[in-house]
Amino acid sequence: MSIDSIFVHKMWNDNELSKMVKGGVPFPMLSDAGGRVGKIFGIFDEDAGVETRGRFIIDPEGVVQGYEVLTPPVGRNISESFRQVQAFQHVRNSKGKEATPSGWKPGKLTLKPGPDLVGKVWEVWKTDMAFD
Amino acid sequence: MGEEMEVGCARPTGGPVGESVQGEPVKEATTTKETIRMIQVGKKAPDFVAPAYQQGKFISVKLSEYLGKWVLLCFYPGDFTFV
Repeated sequence: MSIDSIFVHKMWNDNELSKMVKGGVPFPMLSDAGGRVGKIFGIFDEDAGVETRGRFIIDPEGVVQGYEVLTPPVGRNISESFRQVQAFQHVRNSKGKEATPSGWKPGKLTLKPGPDLVGKVWEVWKTDMAFD
Repeated sequence: MGEEMEVGCARPTGGPVGESVQGEPVKEATTTKETIRMIQVGKKAPDFVAPAYQQGKFISVKLSEYLGKWVLLCFYPGDFTFV
């Protein structure tokens, strides 16, 4: 979503993005004239008159589970966004019984918070696991 | 998701839908200055409707139509802005 019109979105997709991604952008390219939606999400830059790089993870109930906002010159890490969605999905599937420690990826150890784990995380989870 | 729409010469626009949950521009009693507030995690995302371009069609997208799915909503400064 940006402040550009859907006509500009079409030109960008057809003339540039479709040369990067076969078949063009698969998802809707949303237009937000005047930043009205960006304002209610808190990421509109009034001084520059554009949206900043806000990224929101919204769950099936419509609840915001996470967000990240960057200034324009630095692009996002899509893999990290997907990892976070996978982590939120895992926690949701566990009905909240499991939590994903730092650096978690699918298949890696999760934590099961409870009386037995208090003060014992160091026994089951090592800091190296945050980086591998 | 999203119904196809007819477009004319006017530039289609969208905006917030219904009552605001979070981050509604706060109107102060003495001024009309709008305050931008960040929305909060763990709270409902404010619903909105917006025109969109997708795979050769102009459509209208409403966030609440995606209930039941995971959504990644990404804002960016502008088309053709390099990054």
